[in-house]
Amino acid sequence: METSKQVNPHSHQHDHIGHAHEHQNDYPMVPQRPTREQLSHIQGWGADLDHKNRPGIPMERTPPRFIHAHEGKLPQQPETVEILTSTERPGITPIFGTKQPPKGLSGMMRRLAFRWAENDMRHWLILLAADRVNVVEGIGEDLANGKVPNVLAEMGIKAEWEHNRSGLVKKAVIAGAVLGTAVYLMRRRDR
Amino acid sequence: MLAMNYRGPYRVRADHKPDPVIEHPGDAIVRVTRTCICGSDLHLYHGMVPDTRVGHTFGHEFIGVVEDVGSDVQTLKPGDKVLVPFNLFCGSCFFCQHELYGNCHNTNPEATAVGGIYGYSHTAGGYDGGQAEYVRVPMADVGPMVIPDDIHDDDAVLLTDVTPTGYQAAEMGDIHEGDTVVIFGAGPIGLLAAKSSWLMGAGRVIVVDELEYRLEFAKRWAQCEVVNFREVNDMAEHIKKMTDWMGADVCIDCVGGDAAGSIAQTLTGRLMKAQAGSSTVLHWAINSVRKGGNVSIVGVYGPTFNMVPMGNVLNKGLTIRANQASVKRHLPRLIEHIREGRLSPKDIITHRIPLEEVSDAYHIFSSKLDECIKTVLIPPRANEVRAVKASVLH
Repeated sequence: METSKQVNPHSHQHDHIGHAHEHQNDYPMVPQRPTREQLSHIQGWGADLDHKNRPGIPMERTPPRFIHAHEGKLPQQPETVEILTSTERPGITPIFGTKQPPKGLSGMMRRLAFRWAENDMRHWLILLAADRVNVVEGIGEDLANGKVPNVLAEMGIKAEWEHNRSGLVKKAVIAGAVLGTAVYLMRRRDR
Repeated sequence: MLAMNYRGPYRVRADHKPDPVIEHPGDAIVRVTRTCICGSDLHLYHGMVPDTRVGHTFGHEFIGVVEDVGSDVQTLKPGDKVLVPFNLFCGSCFFCQHELYGNCHNTNPEATAVGGIYGYSHTAGGYDGGQAEYVRVPMADVGPMVIPDDIHDDDAVLLTDVTPTGYQAAEMGDIHEGDTVVIFGAGPIGLLAAKSSWLMGAGRVIVVDELEYRLEFAKRWAQCEVVNFREVNDMAEHIKKMTDWMGADVCIDCVGGDAAGSIAQTLTGRLMKAQAGSSTVLHWAINSVRKGGNVSIVGVYGPTFNMVPMGNVLNKGLTIRANQASVKRHLPRLIEHIREGRLSPKDIITHRIPLEEVSDAYHIFSSKLDECIKTVLIPPRANEVRAVKASVLH
C-alpha cells in the first residue's frame, strides 16, 4: 500500500514551485484505474457496486421499508415541564425530551433566544451565552447541594496522569508559572 | 440510576439521576448494556453545540434490554435485546414516509433543521442519552431493532451510528467502479467509510489524518493508502499529485467542526466560535475533489455558518451531499455484510471502560490518549440479564 511518502510515479510529484514548464502531455486523458484483479485482495470489494444493493438509493423512497409505522395521528405527549419551541414550526411536536427544563438566569436567556427563528443568528448566540452562564449555575447548584465539584477529576486528570504524564507535568508547570507571575505582578502593584 | 452528567466544556462525571419513566404511550425503557462515546459527542463535550444544558446525559450509540413498554407498543416486550438507532423518528411524518429517518419532523420541538437525537443537546430535542443505566426510548415500535442472535453485542452497538454513518457517507459519494475516494478523518466513521468505499467498488481509498497510530490502523484494517496532513505542504495540491493532477472523484468529510490543520480555522471556528466549527476539511474536500466530483459530508458542524469556498463548488460543478444517517434503512444490508464477513465493526473498539469512569473515558477519547479509536462504556447493570439467564439454566 502507498503512503504519503510513496506517491505513484504517474502522479509527477516534484518539489518544485509551480508547473509552468510542464506541458499538457503530462496529464492523462483518462484517469488511471486499477483493474478488478488488482483489487481482488480487498475483502468484500464491489459487493455493493451495483447501486441496487445500496439501501439509501434512491435517497427518498416511499412507502418506507423496515419500520412498523404508527397508524393515524400520533398521541400527544403531555407537557409536564416547560418546553421551548422553535418559531419555525406551528407548535410543539407529538414527542419531545423533558430533561433539564430552562431555569435560572440561563433559562431566561434561553426563553429570550427562542423569540427568534433558527434562521436568526441571535437565537444561537444567545443560546451559546446561556450555556456558559449555565456552567456557573451548575457549580452553584453543586455547592448548594453540599458537593464541591472535583473539576480536575471531571476533566479526566487520572487518565492524563496515566497516559500523558509528561504532558500533565508540563501543563502544571506552565499553569504554575502563569499563576505565580500574576500573583507577583498583583503584589508589586499593591506596593 | 448512574448516568453520565455534563457539567460544562471538558467536564463530565458519573452521577446518580432519577430513573427515566414512560412519558408517552409509544415509549419503552431500556436498560443499557453497551454504549459508546461517538466523535460527535466531542462537539458537545467541547461546548460547541448551542443549548447543551448542564446535567444533560450524552450518548446516542447504545444497545440494551427492554425493561418496560408503554400501552401503545406492539412489537417489543420486556426482555427483548435491542439496538437503538441514534435518531429518534416517528415513522409517520412526510420525511419518515420517504425513509429519511434521520430527518423526522415530529421528535424535536426546539429546531426544525435536525430531528431528535438521543443525548445530543436541546438543539436535538432535549432527550437524555444512553450513557446511563437506563434510557427512555420514544417510538419504540419504530426505531429499535431486536438484535439477531448471531450478531455480537459489540457489532450491534456499532450498528446504532458509526457503521451506518460511515456506510452512508460512502453511499452519498455515489462511488462508481474504480473511483478514487479521499476520506478526511481516520476516526471510527472514517474507518467505516473507507471499508464501505471498497464495498461500493472504489479503485483507490486514501485516508487523511494527523495521528500516525490511526493512519497505521487505517492502512492495516481498511487496506487503504494514508496521508498525514502534517507532512504535506498543501492538502489539495498533494491529492492532485496523487491523482494524476485530476483530483479525487469523491471526497468525504468524516471530521466536522473539530478539524485541525489550519490556524485561522482553528482560531475562528474552535476557539472564538465565530463560525460553526473549523471548516478546514470542507475546504480541503472542495478543493481536492475533481471537477464534476462529489463531496459527501457526515462530519458534524454547528447550526450557524461556516466559511467555505462556494465559488469553487460552482466553478467545479460539484455535487455536495450530506445528512444524518438514516440508520434503520441501512441495518438489513449491514447485518448481511457482517454475517458474510465483509465488515467487522467491533475490530475498531480499543477501550472498554466502566461508566463510573466516564470522565477519564471522555478525556482519553478527546485527547487521543493511549492510541484510542473507539471507546465502549459498560454500565454497572449491563450483565444482569446474563446472570438471570444463567440462573434459569441451572
